[in-house]
Amino acid sequence: MPKREDLKTILIVGSGPIIIGQACEFDYSGTQACKALRENGYRVVLVNSNPATIMTDPEIADATYIEPVDWQSLEKIIEKEKPDAILPTMGGQTGLNVSLELAKRGILEKHSVEMIGANREAIDNAEDREKFDNCMKELGLETPRSGFAHSMEDAWKIYKDIGLPCVIRPSFTMGGTGGGIAYNLKEFEEICMNGLKLSPTKELLIDESLVGWKEFEMEVVRDKNDNCIIVCSIENVDPMGVHTGDSITVAPAQTLTDKEYQEMRDASFKVLRKIGVETGGSNVQFAQDPETGRLVVIEMNPRVSRSSALASKATGFPIAKVAALLAVGYTLDELKNDITDGKTPASFEPTIDYVVTKIPRFNFEKFPETDSRLTTQMKSVGEVMAIGRNFQESFQKAIRSMENGLVGLSSILKENEGNGALKLELSTPGESRLWFIADAFRRGWSMQEIFDSCQVDKWFLHQIREIVNDEKIISESDLSAIDQTTMKSYKKKGFSDARMADLLNIKEQEVRNYRYELDVHPVFKKVDSCAAEFDSTTNYLYSTYDEFNESEVSDKKKVIVLGSGPNRIGQGIEFDYCCVQAALAFREENIETIMINSNPETVSTDFDVSDKLYFEPIVAEDVLEIIRHENPYGVVVQFGGQTPLKLTDEFEKNGVKILGTSPSAIDTAENREKFKSFLSDFNFLQPENRIAQSVEEAYKSVNELSYPVIVRPSYVLGGRAMELIYTDNDLKNYLTKVALISPENPLLIEKFLDDAVELDIDVICDGEKTLIGGVLQHIEEAGIHSGDSSCSFPPYSVGDTQLHTLKKEIKAVAKKLNVVGLMNAQVAIKDDKFYMIEVNPRASRTIPFLSKCIGNSLAKIASKVILGKTLDELGLSAEIMPTNYAVKAPVFPFNKFRKVDPILGPEMKSTGEVMGRGDCFGEAYGKAVKGAGESIPKDGNVFVSVKDNDKKYLPDLCTKLTKLGFKIVATKGTAEALEGTGINVKVINKVLEGRPHIVDAILNNEIDMIINTTEGRQSIKDSFSIRRSALEHNVFFTTTVSGGFAIVESLEKGVENWEYKPLQLS
Amino acid sequence: MKFGAKLLLENGISFEGFGFGFKKIGVGEVVFNTSITGYQEILTDPSYDGQIITFTYPHIGNTGINFEDNESKNIAARGMIVKNFCDFPSSHRSKMSLEDFLVEQKTICISDIDTRHLTKILRDEGCKIGAIYPTQLFTDEEALSEINKFGSMDGKNFTENVAVSKQYNFGDPGTNKRYKIVAVDFGIKENILRIMKSLGGDIVVVPPSTSAEVIKALNPDGIFLSNGPGDPSVLQDAVKEVKKMMNLGLPIFGICLGHQIMSLAYGLEIEKMPFGHHGANHPVHDLKNNTVFITSQNHNFAVAKVADRDDINVTHKSLFDGSIQGIEHTSKPFYSIQCHPEASPGPKEFEVLFKRFFEDMNA
Repeated sequence: MPKREDLKTILIVGSGPIIIGQACEFDYSGTQACKALRENGYRVVLVNSNPATIMTDPEIADATYIEPVDWQSLEKIIEKEKPDAILPTMGGQTGLNVSLELAKRGILEKHSVEMIGANREAIDNAEDREKFDNCMKELGLETPRSGFAHSMEDAWKIYKDIGLPCVIRPSFTMGGTGGGIAYNLKEFEEICMNGLKLSPTKELLIDESLVGWKEFEMEVVRDKNDNCIIVCSIENVDPMGVHTGDSITVAPAQTLTDKEYQEMRDASFKVLRKIGVETGGSNVQFAQDPETGRLVVIEMNPRVSRSSALASKATGFPIAKVAALLAVGYTLDELKNDITDGKTPASFEPTIDYVVTKIPRFNFEKFPETDSRLTTQMKSVGEVMAIGRNFQESFQKAIRSMENGLVGLSSILKENEGNGALKLELSTPGESRLWFIADAFRRGWSMQEIFDSCQVDKWFLHQIREIVNDEKIISESDLSAIDQTTMKSYKKKGFSDARMADLLNIKEQEVRNYRYELDVHPVFKKVDSCAAEFDSTTNYLYSTYDEFNESEVSDKKKVIVLGSGPNRIGQGIEFDYCCVQAALAFREENIETIMINSNPETVSTDFDVSDKLYFEPIVAEDVLEIIRHENPYGVVVQFGGQTPLKLTDEFEKNGVKILGTSPSAIDTAENREKFKSFLSDFNFLQPENRIAQSVEEAYKSVNELSYPVIVRPSYVLGGRAMELIYTDNDLKNYLTKVALISPENPLLIEKFLDDAVELDIDVICDGEKTLIGGVLQHIEEAGIHSGDSSCSFPPYSVGDTQLHTLKKEIKAVAKKLNVVGLMNAQVAIKDDKFYMIEVNPRASRTIPFLSKCIGNSLAKIASKVILGKTLDELGLSAEIMPTNYAVKAPVFPFNKFRKVDPILGPEMKSTGEVMGRGDCFGEAYGKAVKGAGESIPKDGNVFVSVKDNDKKYLPDLCTKLTKLGFKIVATKGTAEALEGTGINVKVINKVLEGRPHIVDAILNNEIDMIINTTEGRQSIKDSFSIRRSALEHNVFFTTTVSGGFAIVESLEKGVENWEYKPLQLS
Repeated sequence: MKFGAKLLLENGISFEGFGFGFKKIGVGEVVFNTSITGYQEILTDPSYDGQIITFTYPHIGNTGINFEDNESKNIAARGMIVKNFCDFPSSHRSKMSLEDFLVEQKTICISDIDTRHLTKILRDEGCKIGAIYPTQLFTDEEALSEINKFGSMDGKNFTENVAVSKQYNFGDPGTNKRYKIVAVDFGIKENILRIMKSLGGDIVVVPPSTSAEVIKALNPDGIFLSNGPGDPSVLQDAVKEVKKMMNLGLPIFGICLGHQIMSLAYGLEIEKMPFGHHGANHPVHDLKNNTVFITSQNHNFAVAKVADRDDINVTHKSLFDGSIQGIEHTSKPFYSIQCHPEASPGPKEFEVLFKRFFEDMNA
């Protein structure tokens, strides 16, 4: 039966901003769905608030709404677009929840919109724990012993029944937000209270603890004729107790006999049928008692998910695309398997002849206050995947894909740490458990002792033990004693050149040179979904130290695009967007495009985005092997963030041509001294700065510069350990606790530009002419990391003349720097003077946002420029002026990290961003806030407490707020600043001033909005509880005065006047 | 303990690797199987007699060997080829390692060769006769002469090696068994018997040479023709007897080799496939119900075509290559299937086919 003809327009719901638990895998799935449905003649309407996505590119859908993904916005869009159907399964938990909300409110029915892929009942059955449990009982499948609580009373009753430890999960929260394992009564109470608050249905599932059981996932696809297939099985190396998103996982499952595998397969199909997922992809999670084999169903997701993205990349089977087509009526046998060029149908089960390992990437260092132990609540921010012909190879490749400095299973246990500490690391896992397991083997622990502490299956433990044994042999050997066969045997097990160098106590380059002398190189094999049973011409490749190569090299001109590796705070989907745009541009220019990336969540690792895809670690060793094999015309490093830039030196050394801006220009921009002298020709000041190599020098420098200053250790990325210092006390604290200065680790001290306006400018230069992509104004003042700052396009408070001068200067900078391609500059304006903060001759985080604003892909244009086209040839000499306002707002993971202060500073903490669009700044800002999942109250009590420097703005701000209907509540000092303005202020105690104080008021729901600005460590510390309780009680707050003014503008426009327009119209 | 070993193909291509299991030369037709799980079932499947199995999944031996999952008492395959041989199994049911099992069963394995490359050779050039041998004990010349001695698969009767020579009852007879089934053993997989027993079958397993008269004398409710190894064209006696069985008025159900023998009895032609079907992920189209089953497959021969016949219908086709997978008689309760509804290893969803057999015995 072919596709449905009764449907014309289909609404696809995106997943909104990148947050923990919901990353760019949904850009990948949504993009696939849009493309597939349009190819089949449907009109696709897309809603997603995330501008950094490929899916929100105007070419991907027929009507693209970058608007908040909430039912209110969707209702307006449905009214306008009148879709026949809504596909809720591509946008993660957000997509499901909002679609369910639309159904429950009768909006879908009212507008005759059919839910396809998963209907309301199926979503309810899968997501409502109580219903799910009943479904499983009816199927005769076991679930953990459990109970549902809608109150603390219920929770205590259940505790009596199942005891501790137990697992607590709030219903309808994503990534397990608010869930956890309680080992004692205090934890039990804490997690339950928090969970009840977070669950939109005020419901908790409290489960018997299966901690230590083996954990598996099955990726299932079903069509309307009830044909079901398993695309992939996944086994978690970390047993139950760690969220699957935080677990190291392996595909396919390694430790199941066929009987057990088939039991899981059958159960998965039963679950889908019972839950009522009629078409599409789902995943079902199981736990297995390692001693008896008893099988228990944990949960299922009636939608594509992070693991289905992983399964798609692991097998080459495009689950999201297939799921979208099944939703419109196709059956599996009618669809072709793309990767075998249609030689086989989609109705088969992929089989693979390699091992895939996924390792999650964490960012705990940015949240030092939080507990970094892994639990059932997801905490990782990204992941890598690697492919090898055995587990050890894929595992060790995955390790070096992480880009966290690890090149293998290095020892991390300190010598003075005892076995007790080690045991704790094994039994209460953090992100490095497998490394500690290796250390346990090194210390001579027995297999059984280790297993008893961590319950990681012995099959995996044995693999680690073998690596440790080999490492010992290597470390006791000499490089010259390693012959070709032995070298091959180590490489087959995945040992990197760098790890071998560590073990041999020599330089990585020496190992590499020696290996080249021995002529030991990897071959490249194909991912083909069928274990070579059928011929595949698709170039989805991975390296392995096996015998025969399958990657045929063409004689076409080819370019390698280096991706951005795992998502992490500071480097996320924006760079994948740029890489994909580059690939598309090169293909348009008929250049063979070769993509290298290690992140399975991305669009760039879709095998049809480029001509050839190498799923590989982006480190020198692996990239150089690909270059050696392909001999490309050049390599592009400016789109993948820091990841490819770090390899520039290696490329230069090896004579690899870097396309676009030259490495020396990059160096000029990044080297402080060179840049300073470079800049002397221009009308830019630089904030005064000093480099201190000792504590004395630091104090002396600060004295010269005067407070406030920004300090950071030199050579750090993403604002790590960067701090704004206002007082001697703060400085003392910083120097003793955060950064220890030494001549090797000097400290950079920079005068902080208080009260400055900060701008981001992205340009494209072809070596001669420069195109201004756009100028963004940060809403928060300088001092907050640009990635964490909201920003407005066009600038909302900078004069035209000033902008004009600035653009002219920036153009001159780009030209003199010999930029070919993209350049980003961060500029501050203070007292009508321009200060250059930094210049980055590469794609910046704001490129996708800006591209959406101007309706033209800057990364694509830059790619063509890199190939030698001039801007004139491309017909792009004039800046594209915006027709409306757009605001970018960051989204933070504070609710996932208990005890973390949600204050903004020079260190980046946001995981994602949203875009709001509107006729005026106020509307755009309001929508951005809404898109970020917060809501500005229309009236009520606003608590105001600001630092001295901000007090001059208070009368104006508070007058406006009062006019809008707010009542002002303020601390004594702040209230004094309002004296004589006639504004009625209710004074409230600071926390330290005695009770009842502001936090009491927040907890009593007496505060509706908070404007709280601070300076200095002490004042930040004093007000921590205000921000934290506001966060936990969903009270809207801003930590800047400019944020306060933006709120005012937004309210002045009024939500009821918001308009929704697709990108394609502007 | 591992030892130096080699795989030599009839076309002279050779691979060096490590040997595991029993130190001897194993000669047979080299085929590849793409199942990820189920090496124990595959190794003990009698249909693999005369063949050497290349496992495309690169870790084999992970779950060891248990006492429940064998498909027959012995390893029928003449050898196995893997990428990585697991010497440290982990499974709560594991009773011995794969290596010990191979030694016990006097079977040789070669590991650490590029199995994907080998698979591509077999796919592109068709199955090859090959030999695995410990390099200490055999020279290449000796191996080649063994390969030549083996000759070709065509015309060889392997069922004699794996089928019973005396009839026996499967399981304990007389306890609540509702249907008497005679199963003609050409190399039967035990899971077929287990399934039929669980459905209420009282099963007598008889040798492949059993005549229709003898079967009739057993007074069964239905006749089952089993799977088995090798070329069906050498089983002309069996074909003759099956023709006679078709006159007994009893339901007849055939699987794999049994299906091919029934097809020969209908007068259809059987052809050798280039590299056969061996795996657990093959889609089979049920033409009557327009649904797709994912099936377990293991065959190198297939029914060539069914043209303009009134008495029989093609019921199932492979969605991989369009080959015939199932045939039924239009008026009599005869049906046969090329793939393996008993799974083991592989998807179990095709087990429903057994139900039809039991319904017809009821009728």
